[in-house]
This record gives sequence, C-alpha cells and structure tokens, in this order.
Amino acid sequence: MTDTTKKPEELLKLDYTPPKKGWMETPVDFKKGTYCYSAPQKHQEYLGLPYPRQWQPFDADWKLPENWKQIILEGMNDRLKKYRSFRLYMDICVRCGACADKCHFFIGTGDPKNMPVLRAELLRSVYRKYFTLGGKLFGKVGGARELTEDVLKEWYYYFYQCTECRRCSVFCPYGIDTCEITMMARDLLSLVGCNVGWVIEPASNCFRTGNHLGVPPHAFKDTLDFAIDEVEDLTGVKVEASVNRKGAELLFITPSADYFASPHWYTFLGYLMLFHEIGLDYTWSAYASEGGNFGLFHSAEMMKRLNAKMYAEAKRLGVKWILGGECGHMWRVVHQYMNTINGPADFLEEPVSPITGTKFENAKATKMVHICEFTADLIKNNKLKLDPSRNDHWKMTFHDSCNPARAMGLFEEPRYIIKNVCNNFYEMPENTIKEYTFCCGSGAGLGSDENLEMRLRGGLPRANAVKYVKEKHGVNLLTCICAIDRAVLPTLLQYWVPGVEVSGLHELVGNALVMKGEKERTTDMRGTPRKQEAK
Amino acid sequence: MNAVYLVFGIIIPYAALFIFVVGLVYRIVRWASSPVPFRIPTTCGQQKSLPWIKSKKIENPYNNAGVIGRMALEVLVFRSLLRNTKTELRRGIQKLVYKDSKLLWLGAFVFHWSLLIILLRHLRLFVEPVPAFVISLQRLDGLFQIMLPTLYITDILIVLALGYLLLRRMAGAQLRYISLFSDYFAVLLLLGIALSGIFMRYIFRVDLVSVKELALGVLSFHPSIPAAGIGLAFYVHLFLVCTLFAYFPFSKLVHMAGVFLSPTRNLANNSRMRRHINPWNYPVKVHTYQEWEDEFREHMKDAGLPLEKE
Amino acid sequence: MYDKGKIIAGIVIFLILITFPIWYLTAHSQTSHVPQLQAAAGNECVESTSYMLDNHMKLLDEWRTLVVRDGNDTYVASNGQEWNISLTGTCLSCHNKAEFCDQCHTYEGVTLNCWSCHFAGY
Repeated sequence: MTDTTKKPEELLKLDYTPPKKGWMETPVDFKKGTYCYSAPQKHQEYLGLPYPRQWQPFDADWKLPENWKQIILEGMNDRLKKYRSFRLYMDICVRCGACADKCHFFIGTGDPKNMPVLRAELLRSVYRKYFTLGGKLFGKVGGARELTEDVLKEWYYYFYQCTECRRCSVFCPYGIDTCEITMMARDLLSLVGCNVGWVIEPASNCFRTGNHLGVPPHAFKDTLDFAIDEVEDLTGVKVEASVNRKGAELLFITPSADYFASPHWYTFLGYLMLFHEIGLDYTWSAYASEGGNFGLFHSAEMMKRLNAKMYAEAKRLGVKWILGGECGHMWRVVHQYMNTINGPADFLEEPVSPITGTKFENAKATKMVHICEFTADLIKNNKLKLDPSRNDHWKMTFHDSCNPARAMGLFEEPRYIIKNVCNNFYEMPENTIKEYTFCCGSGAGLGSDENLEMRLRGGLPRANAVKYVKEKHGVNLLTCICAIDRAVLPTLLQYWVPGVEVSGLHELVGNALVMKGEKERTTDMRGTPRKQEAK
Repeated sequence: MNAVYLVFGIIIPYAALFIFVVGLVYRIVRWASSPVPFRIPTTCGQQKSLPWIKSKKIENPYNNAGVIGRMALEVLVFRSLLRNTKTELRRGIQKLVYKDSKLLWLGAFVFHWSLLIILLRHLRLFVEPVPAFVISLQRLDGLFQIMLPTLYITDILIVLALGYLLLRRMAGAQLRYISLFSDYFAVLLLLGIALSGIFMRYIFRVDLVSVKELALGVLSFHPSIPAAGIGLAFYVHLFLVCTLFAYFPFSKLVHMAGVFLSPTRNLANNSRMRRHINPWNYPVKVHTYQEWEDEFREHMKDAGLPLEKE
Repeated sequence: MYDKGKIIAGIVIFLILITFPIWYLTAHSQTSHVPQLQAAAGNECVESTSYMLDNHMKLLDEWRTLVVRDGNDTYVASNGQEWNISLTGTCLSCHNKAEFCDQCHTYEGVTLNCWSCHFAGY
C-alpha cells in the first residue's frame, strides 16, 4: 500500500445522497486510484484483439477507430440477437430501486452510477436511443441518449467498477443480472480496443504458457518440487506429485496463484498432503495449469479460448475425470459454461471418488468435481484422520466467494469441512454470507494496484462484516475458497480490519490432517506455533 | 356528437386492445428469438450435490418442479423483493447495518394483487351471464358492507399502494435520481384510472346497463353506442384504460411477460448434470498442446517432463 | 436454447385469458341480452322514475334505517305524499322481484342483501 492511500476515516466520509445534477449531464471523472490502466499493446496483439494501441483512460484522446460508433452499435445489435438476457434486461427494469444499495461499490463510494440500476442505465440509455421506438421518438424524456465518446468513457469507468458478483440479481424482482450487462459492455468496449491491463495480461499469459502468471512448464515443475520439499520439512512425509502424466486417474486443476502467491501457497501444500494421504492417482498439468479464467472478464469468446485447455488436456492425458481446486470465477466457468462452450466431454467418465466410491451425480455431464465436494465426501466417509485442535490458534470465519455462492450454491460443503478441521468457527452476520455474501471488491479483473482506492471502497462491506466477528468473537482468520480473494483480501483486511489473516480452506485441512508416518508438528504450515493445550 | 362517442367508445378501445395484444406478443416473440446461450441461474441456496447435504429445491432448483416453484413464488408473491434490506452506515461506530425493508414489497404486492382482483371484478360488465366466481370475488372484496354502493377493499388498497409507490419515488433522493419520466407516467396513469373509476362509482354515476351494453357489443364485434348514453366520467375512465393498454407494450410494463423469461430465475441449476446447448457456439482460436510443447520443448526436456514429440 | 414450446404455450395461455370474454360470450350467445323490465302494476312510484333509477338503493337504505333503527314507518315523498315504508308491502305490490329487480341486478352482477331478510315469494 502506498503512502498516498487515504486513511479509513477519509474513505468513510460517505454520502449516499445523489447530486442535484442529473446523471446524464455528469461526465465521468477518472480519479487517481479508482480505475484500471489499459492493456499493454503487446498482449492485445498476442491475443489478436482488434485495434491494439497505446492509450490510457486519463488521456483526452483514446485513439478510437474512426468508425467506433458504428462498431459499437453493430456489436450491440449482434449481442441483442445472441443473448436473450441482454435484450430482456434492457427492456424490463422498472427502476424500483431494490438493487440500489446492494452493490458493494455503491456502499463504498456513494457514487449513484454504482447503483446497479444506474450502471445498467448507462447502457440502456443507448439501447433506447438506437433500438427502441420510444427512445427514438422521445429522446431524453424517454430515457435515451446519444452514444458519444463521453458515454464510452463512462462505460469503461463503471463497467470496470463492477465485479460481476451478482449480488444485485438476488434482490431484483426479475432477476436482472448486472453481471450479464457488464459482460456485454466489456465485450463491446473490447471491439474498439478498450481493454483493461489486469484482464488482458493474465489472459494473454494464460493463452501462451497455460496460466495467468505466465509460469512456463519447467518453472512449474520446480515450484512443485519445492512444495514437495516443504511438505517433507513440515511433516517428515515425502509426498509424490506428477506433471503431465498420462494414464493418471484424475487431472487436478487449480488457479496458478496457488503455487506462486501467498497465502495461496499453504493451500497448495494442503492439496499435496491430502492427495498423498488418500493415495490419489492424479496428475498436475503444466499446459492446463490454470483453473481461473480471466477471459470471463473480457468476453465469452476469450473465456472459451482459455477454457478449452482443460478438456483438451484431460483428453490428451486420458484421465477419467477432472478435479478442480478452490477458486471463485473458475467455478463460474466450469459450472455454468464449460460443458456448453467446450463440451461434450464424452471422452471422460462420470466422476466417481476412487477413495469412497461415491458417484458425483451432480457433475455427471461436465465431469468436473469441486475439491470441497470431494473432500466433504472423504470426511463424511471417515477416510481422513483429522485433528482439529491443530487449528486452535485460529478463530475463523468463512467468506462465501461470489461465484460459488450465487452461480453454484456451494454453501454447506465448505462449512462441513471447516467444522471438521477446526474448533473455532464463527459466521459473519446473515445479510453478508451465503447468497447475500459481499464481494472482495477486486474480482472480475479489477485487482490492480492503480485501482487500490476503489478496491478498498468496494471491499468495505465485506471488511465491515469481518470487523463485526473480530470484535464479537476475536476472529483472527478469514478462510475462503477463491484465489482472487486470497490475493486481495489480505490487503483489504490489513486496511480495514488489521489483525485478521486470510487462508484457503485446504490449508486448514492440511494442518488438521494426521498423516501416516508423520513427525510431530510443532507449527502450522505458516510456521506459527500451535496453541499449547492448557494442562 | 355521435362521432365523438364512436371514437372514444368504439374506435379507441378496439385500437388499444389491438395494440396491447399484438404489441405484447411481438415483444415476447422478439425476446424469444434471441436464444439463451448459457445456463445462468442466480443460485440463492444450497446446490444439489452430495446426497447427505440438504439442497434448497426452490431457491436453487435442479429440476423443472423446482423451477416452477421458484417462478411461482416470484410471480405470485414477489419472492425476491421480500429479501430487501436497507443499507445504512452508522458513522459513529463505523458500522454498516442492513435493516429489513419490506415496504416496497408490500406496496408492490398490494398494488398488483388489487389490480388483478379489480380486473376480474370488471368481468361482470364484460360477460353475460356473470360467472359465479366473479360474484364471489366481488362479495369477498366488499366484505365490510359499508357505504352505498358497497366499498371494495381493493379500491382503497390500490390507491394507497399507488400513492405510496409514487411518493416513494418522489421522496427518496436515490430513487428520484434514477427515475425517468416514464416511471412517473406509469404510476400516474394507473392512479388516474383507479381514481376515475372510484369517482364514477360514488359521485359521477353512470348507467351501468348502458356500459355493459357497449362492452358486450364491442366484445362480440357488433359495436354500437347505447341509445341511453353514458356519462362523461365513463369515457374519461375508458380513455385512461385505453391509454394504459396502448402504452403497455412500449414501456417497462412489459415486465409482466418478461419476468417469465428471465434466465437467472427460470433455469434449473443443473449445468454440470446436463449439457446446455448454445445454438451459436462457434469454434475459436485456441493455443493447442502441440503449439505449446513446440515453444517449451527444450526446457521441458531439461526439467524431465514427459513430451509428445522428442 | 430457445424454449420455443414453452414460450408458444405461454403466449397461447395469455391469448386465451385475454380473450376470455369473447369465448365466454360466444359460448353463451348472450351478446345482445339486455334487461327486460316488466312494467309496474301500479300508477305511480314513491318518487320519479329518473330519481328511482339513480337512487333506489339509497332510498331503500334510508327506509331501513327509518323503520329498523328509528321506528318510523312513514315516508314523506318529495311531492308530500305519505307512503308506508315497506319493501314487500309497498315496493313489491307494484314490482315483481324476478321480472323487475333481478333483471338489472343479475345482468350487472350486483349483489344485494335485501333478500337475506325479506321474502319476495308472493
């Protein structure tokens, strides 16, 4: 965090009363710390995106192609024909305002254009102008406005100020999903070469090397070996792990942050320990070495291009099915899109746990199982020896990540695991968990450093709920099943709720897992001494 | 004078009905002509996964029965609005508070149900013989048996609800900020219809026998203006109703049909159980394993990673 | 996925519901039905016809209050003539319930509570 970051008291000077001037007359103001930089030209070129160029949002001239307006309007027309959600959500909003104060960015900024309804109106007003009779006839009175460069800039600012978390869609009486609208807007912006660096760079890396961080295969192997050594130091057990091994029963795919970033790393160790302990016949892949999919934050096409590697690699390696690690938006793609865009996966088998024999009926078509479903099943069938007291130094709470919550409904599996691997678990208030969970504020490609103030603002509601359980129960650890959460929540909590750390769920599983032949563990994976039992 | 009656009593009603029916069907067909490429339900409860974990069959449906339940709750009792909260920042303690806020739900629920009951009650003027359920509904609605003619509960409720919805829109700074002209127009129009109807019932009374004669004539496609003549109040009421019908397909009021088509609500969360087909799914440029291995082969060899091509 | 079948079914249901009055009228072939009021047996009513057309329900309501609550069974009409307040004795001596009252009330679906106390079976 830089010194120029505003103090929490300053950020909390919030006013939810909108200004006197109407929103159509208020042009966008690119304030430092509240927007993302554009995508580097070389990454745009690598991905073959249209109109690659050097420009920045704060430039007066965005160097748009000459016929940019025509491109956007034709793109809109095309998408209105391809997505029922898009046309419908442009048409049926009644502006009841139920969504207004449900968005974490509105709560954290008070900027009226962060009310989901108004965010959608930014696009809807243009839709009315060019695609509806009322808008053509009545113009501004009919809620319509011209597409101008200012409008385009506004789109860039506010549609990259939405984390596609879908919280508003839970409260909308018609289920209008701002995520769908944001996806369309970003896709349209990309048509005229307006992309965000923090989305395009990982996507380009992933396309080339197989993962967002751009880790090449040999470095991937190195880091895996390093992790194996670390597990041995910690437990005295030498675990085995293979890369790109043909004939393994399962392929395991997790976000690349797990094997390069902290605190993800401990979750990575947890996976290695768990798979070793149950004797799982599995392989990692350096080609499909990314669970996440930043293409989702760009366009349906980019999502498909990056996601294709999962099935392709599973087919090449001849595995029976795929196991997926802890990640939020990865599971949005795997659960709601993968089989549609890159299936059918008829070369795989319907997933059956090789340890318990449980058939994962809910994944029988996509043939990919969530690690929490897998581990919960192991625990339920008594396949793991767990000592929850090894996590006694933690008082923890669980953060439901947006996508597993609102695009999947994965609520009880992680909680079941938590209750079996630790003794001190406290839920955050009801309005902030499960389907009502608040986003970390940095998802959907907004996690860049230059956007820090906006991220801190967006993360306020989440942090505030953490603060509540910290003050009430002394919570000192927030556990979650999302790699973006693990990357951004430490900064967020350090700012709003110092003293609460962040972990993945399988880090706690690894801590609690009693392994055959292990030496006595005096610390947890992080080197923190275990809480001594009072005798 | 006859020509005026002809226009307001026969021509405009026919035109309005025609625009309403054709317009609404057109809107539905237009939505329907765009496919639902992806299965994107918003899940509001535990998914169906392991057999020993209880799933929420309606909030997160995995089959058609669940979807029907979810949609029925949305359409009939406005389930999602029942979740509504109001966010407040308590600055002194720097705490965000989410207070229950069910007034919007109440206003919406009371308005929509009153409107439906009032519409059904009006059937007594549109059909002959009057069906028994209309009589029962009317009796129930006039349960209090006060005033002459009997006061209907829904008449009062619809005015109160619309009044609340209008005031809410004007009084709340956030809502005023997002409101368009059309948002006020729709509420005012409905309020005008309700009030003109009530005035007609109690103050500017009209001859209902002639009203029904006109209605039956129009609906049986043998329209004629009743000889006895009907009061001006009736024509005001009828014109406002016609305005609503004609305006309906061009406005946000199409949410009446649209709510049934919303993919975040009307799809089962079963995309890992059954493959959802996207009709426009097209091949994209991918980075194949071969291309990838070609780039990293030497390094992989050094690291001892298996290769397809040595 | 288009869900064509479901949407067409939805549109058909909508059309059936919205055109319900038309089907119903056709089925009952009552479209030209208008109330046929039998001429009253007597010479004059308590008040003028046009007044009665608009206000008979108010008058009857007033009569009920006068008799039941105030114990007064004499009504003085606007022309000064006195009438005995009685639905069955005065009104029904000229008018027939089925041929007169019910004609409009049934046609308009008006529900009244006269007959929950009074008997009109003469």
